[in-house]
Amino acid sequence: MERAGAQIVWEVLTQEGVEVVFGYPGGAILPTYDAMLDYPVKHVLVRHEQGAAHMADGYARASGRVGVAMATSGPGATNLVTGIATAMMDSSPIVCITGQVPSAAIGSDAFQETDVTGVTLPVTKHNYLVTDAEDIGPTMREAFYVARSGRPGPVLVDISKDAQNTSIDYVPAESPARLPGYRPDLRALPEEYDHALELIEEAERPLILAGHGVMMSGAMRALREFAEKTQIPVAMTLLGIGGLPASHPLNLGMMGMHGEAWVNSAIQEADLLLAFGMRFDDRVTGNLKTYAVKAKKIHVEIDPTEINKNIAVDVGIVGDLRETLEILIPRLTNGEHTAWLEHIDELKGDSAVRDIQSLPDSGTLYAAHVINDLWRFTGGKPIVVTDVGQHQMWEAQYYRHEKPYTLITSGGLGTMGFALPAAMGVRFARPDEEIWAIVGDGGFQMTQAELSTCAQEGIKVNVAIINNGFLGMVRQWQEFFYERRYAATPMHSPDFVKLADAHGLAGLRVEERGQVEDAVRWAQQEPGTVVIDFRVEQEDSVYPMVPAGADLHAMIRRPSPIVETAEDEVVGGA
Amino acid sequence: MSDNGRDHLQDGTHIFIVYVEDKPGVLNRVASLFRRRAFNIESLTVGPTDQPGISRMTIAMQADDVVARRVEANLYKLVNVLRVENVTHIPSVMRDLALIKVKADSSVRAQVLQMCDVFRARAVDVTPEALIVEITGTEEKIESLCEVLRPFGILEMVRTGRVAMTRGSEVPSVNPEFVSARVPNGTAS
Repeated sequence: MERAGAQIVWEVLTQEGVEVVFGYPGGAILPTYDAMLDYPVKHVLVRHEQGAAHMADGYARASGRVGVAMATSGPGATNLVTGIATAMMDSSPIVCITGQVPSAAIGSDAFQETDVTGVTLPVTKHNYLVTDAEDIGPTMREAFYVARSGRPGPVLVDISKDAQNTSIDYVPAESPARLPGYRPDLRALPEEYDHALELIEEAERPLILAGHGVMMSGAMRALREFAEKTQIPVAMTLLGIGGLPASHPLNLGMMGMHGEAWVNSAIQEADLLLAFGMRFDDRVTGNLKTYAVKAKKIHVEIDPTEINKNIAVDVGIVGDLRETLEILIPRLTNGEHTAWLEHIDELKGDSAVRDIQSLPDSGTLYAAHVINDLWRFTGGKPIVVTDVGQHQMWEAQYYRHEKPYTLITSGGLGTMGFALPAAMGVRFARPDEEIWAIVGDGGFQMTQAELSTCAQEGIKVNVAIINNGFLGMVRQWQEFFYERRYAATPMHSPDFVKLADAHGLAGLRVEERGQVEDAVRWAQQEPGTVVIDFRVEQEDSVYPMVPAGADLHAMIRRPSPIVETAEDEVVGGA
Repeated sequence: MSDNGRDHLQDGTHIFIVYVEDKPGVLNRVASLFRRRAFNIESLTVGPTDQPGISRMTIAMQADDVVARRVEANLYKLVNVLRVENVTHIPSVMRDLALIKVKADSSVRAQVLQMCDVFRARAVDVTPEALIVEITGTEEKIESLCEVLRPFGILEMVRTGRVAMTRGSEVPSVNPEFVSARVPNGTAS
């Protein structure tokens, strides 16, 4: 059948089952936008292309399908870059389609020309420049296949305007083109499994480190079975949260820079670490030289380049996590680690006393209170999308996730401005779920223009702004490591309630803890997007904290008005 | 060339033979990988193979074995890379080609040609004032020739960078059905 390149774009999107495209039109992508009207794919007009990439990312993380963003050449494409890099770091499958100037003009510094494949090369899993209409179909099929297979990631397809305009005889491809050099299904050698089982058998103080891979491979049940059968406790990375219910007795909580003190202590005391679908990020390990030196390490990971990258391991198993666990589980013997589990319980020690929840009510609204209350009053059912900073860490600490795919956050890149657009993407993936975007006053202002998109699309996202009048996490570092010299962190914000109102959306300000429940109930009942401005304590800090590059066991603990111990020492260095 | 059937390698030099799809931007992807991961390329040569659509690179780099495994794994991660062979510890022939323009008028020409003879290099262009000498060999051999020619005055030089081929009759498949999941051993830190 005769189809223009622009139509083939939509033919493939339809064939791939794409329901929604997030994008922004412009000169070089105009033919494709024109063809859009003839295809049954929903398009969401964003206010900035970064929003489109985050929406596609949020959609992908909440649906398990590939998210799609579209933009024009030059500035349209470069605006996508932050969102693409975010998806790359967190292995989120998105396909970005960008228009490019006509092929005859490529290289001439034409209007709105940018070498987009060059710009995005280091932040995409793969990318393509297509200048021939014949190549559009097969390339786009390849793009979807590469994005979702193996370790997922963003793929960009840059299509010249003349290729979009050229008509060809189009035959839809049945299966993605053969990619001879692409090997997403690597497997470990059998002796690696044997070796891993031996180490598990011998271990007295084993610990599972569960990462994003648990959810990426759908290994939640396998992880639970593995942990229960062996009685090995599980520590979560930020992106691993939800991989095992928070209430599960073997779930210790989050590890790392703002992880629970007992989790980090347990890691340092363990004699075996089982790293499942995580990558020993520096925010998880602290000082590599002193990290878990007593422990042997087993690393199960789909990406061979991650094994032995930061941490030398004793057994590296390349492969899909769920498949690997399912191979191992029948061969496991029932384990028991009573003494070890009791010891970890002891490590928890005075943590409850130090917990902000236990502090006497000073009349101040604390972010941790807001987030914990939000969890309690919603029954923990919503999908929470967070931005980056203090509120993100408090969310990880005080919102207890029982289910997978209910916390969506920018972990690897730490992209401020992620929450609102990503939550909007989640809305299209999960139309019936309650969705909360928890965001700081700084991050919110980076992409708040998307409120306008919410209004135009008539979609509902509950936005909880944790407003402390500072770039809080940076302020915290300045407090701890720069003698409270608050360089460029105090931040003036607009009246967020009026801002919501200006968009025809509902807004509310909350200044006391007693108002939180009503605010949550109110948000749940409002039909459209709501913005709640939680005015919280300005100079609160996230505890515990392992300073960047410090030893994992050297934690700064919340100074407690009730219990003062020698451990309250502040560890310097950043 | 050398006593263990392998041409001389300086300490820490690793040689990779990399088969890639001949597509636009592939060289850029490989170079970008080395830059991004802070791997240090000594030389990189690329050219066609006897199979259409497939190019062959020889990459020489400074690395220990641990880093070399990481490089290999990272190269395999590139969609257009078909096969990576670390030939550092495999008996191989390694060659570099150089063209050297030496200042040589009639008073020293015979002397220069004599030197070239010793190194089995040949003069490929002669003018009243200069000679172009072509030499093929190991890096070491080319460097030695440069040493002896330098006193006469080297006007210009170009080198191809190293190319490598393993010895013996075995021909590696350019695009093997299976590659073992090459997990890099040990860490860089």
